[in-house]
Amino acid sequence: MTPIAQRPPLLTMSHIEKTFSGDVVALKDMNLTVNEGDFLSLLGPSGCGKSTVLRLISDLMHPTRGKINWVGGQGSDDLGVVFQEPTLMPWATVAQNVFLPFRLKGVSYASVRDDIFEALKLVGLENFQAAYPRELSGGMKMRVSIARAMVTKPRLILMDEPFAALDEITRFKLNNDLLELKAAIDCTVIFVTHSVFESVFLSDRIVVMAARPGRVIHELEVDTPYPRHEDFRTSAEYAAHTRAASEALGEAIGVAA
Amino acid sequence: MTIADDAPLAPVVDEEEAARARRDRINRIAKWTLPSLVMVFSILAWHLYVTINDIPHYILPGPMLVAQSIIDDWGLLWPAMLTTTRLTVLALLFAILGGVALAVAFTQSRWAEMSFFPYAVILQVTPVVAIAPLLQIYVESAFLAALLCAWIVAFFPILSNTTIGLKSADHNLEDLFTIYGATRWQRLRYLAAPSALPYFLGGLKIAGGLALIGAVVAEFVIGRAGTGLGLASTLLEASYRFNFGRLYAALILISTMGIVIFAITSLISHLALRKWHESALNRDT
Repeated sequence: MTPIAQRPPLLTMSHIEKTFSGDVVALKDMNLTVNEGDFLSLLGPSGCGKSTVLRLISDLMHPTRGKINWVGGQGSDDLGVVFQEPTLMPWATVAQNVFLPFRLKGVSYASVRDDIFEALKLVGLENFQAAYPRELSGGMKMRVSIARAMVTKPRLILMDEPFAALDEITRFKLNNDLLELKAAIDCTVIFVTHSVFESVFLSDRIVVMAARPGRVIHELEVDTPYPRHEDFRTSAEYAAHTRAASEALGEAIGVAA
Repeated sequence: MTIADDAPLAPVVDEEEAARARRDRINRIAKWTLPSLVMVFSILAWHLYVTINDIPHYILPGPMLVAQSIIDDWGLLWPAMLTTTRLTVLALLFAILGGVALAVAFTQSRWAEMSFFPYAVILQVTPVVAIAPLLQIYVESAFLAALLCAWIVAFFPILSNTTIGLKSADHNLEDLFTIYGATRWQRLRYLAAPSALPYFLGGLKIAGGLALIGAVVAEFVIGRAGTGLGLASTLLEASYRFNFGRLYAALILISTMGIVIFAITSLISHLALRKWHESALNRDT
């Protein structure tokens, strides 16, 4: 893995400000450079603008001030998104759901059949192609959602608290799998969470945000090399990183109050 | 400690589960047999009441006379039923076409919805009985006038339900379609239309019944002037002639049509939704 300082930048946000109607300042003077290969967690209390950052990057919303710049321009296949809910189409099978990004680009199913199979295999659901979402458990639905986000092999995947609604055992399992997936498809991830433990286990960069107005107050590096396994959760290193992240988050909450 | 030694050798029968299975089996049979029995007993009671009390047929015809009328008047009733069926089916078909087209227009253009939705409501809330005489004046063909009446009644639930359905897509999916750069057409075809399907089918069930009601009302009002239309006209005419056997025969056929329409629309709905929609699910327990 390339050290963070040597990674080429993928996307820069400079002096971003977002003000909603009614003068609610969601983000103020937000600066962030996302590098190629980062697993970057946005950690912060609710209302700190974490999700707003994702909406700005995915172009669902435009900044009031400031600029978001994709280094080398943004291609149409560059982005994959996973929401807090699995957000599957209930009327479509698992394979058709994963096919969606291709379908909307006008690509035929036959030409991407293998890609869909590969993506489903990576999340361990290659035997569920013909199943409907209602036949799957919450964790399996989320896996389909992840397969859909990465099937086009995007450069950047945005994840907005994807595991928040799952039980802890399922969440741990998906954490492990997500790290393997990221290594397998070699992409960049921005992961929004309010869990210190999740952010430390998954990411190599943790950006801590404070609320009112939303802004970055700390940035931490988790230098434990990948692959990280379940035993990382009980290591002294992990404990030290979670303490540092907890303190930063505590400061974020203190600042906000 | 060895638990295995104490384990019973016979397969374990859960009394509660066995009772549940038994109850389910009985329910499945009773669902059909009980209403059938009720019908048989009602007809029997009706027959006995009429024969024992010697009720004259122009007050209440017995079931035998009604059955006889269906057979004897078949040459008259069958073409009438065909006409009413054609009226109902055509009205429903045009209601689907008009309702869905307008619903799509409403969801594609806010301006169209703001401009025209109030008038769709006005058309709906004005009693069709009050509009029918006007149509009779302006539309030369009695069939066409009746068709318009039935269409007005049937079209609103389709329009209203489909409009709500087209707007009911999951917001995150909407965002996802935006991120992947979906065109308007793709959004309609792959997101709005499937989201609207359960709503549309709900509207279709209501509209099927209303199309028949609209057809019957139209025949009552428009078919009166000697332009014998369908079953409802036949029924009205039979009542003028005190031919109560034929009146009841027509009534039974109209009711049968209603049942068939409901069964067909329910079946369509079930087939379209059974794979994925909550409303069509069979719970395992």
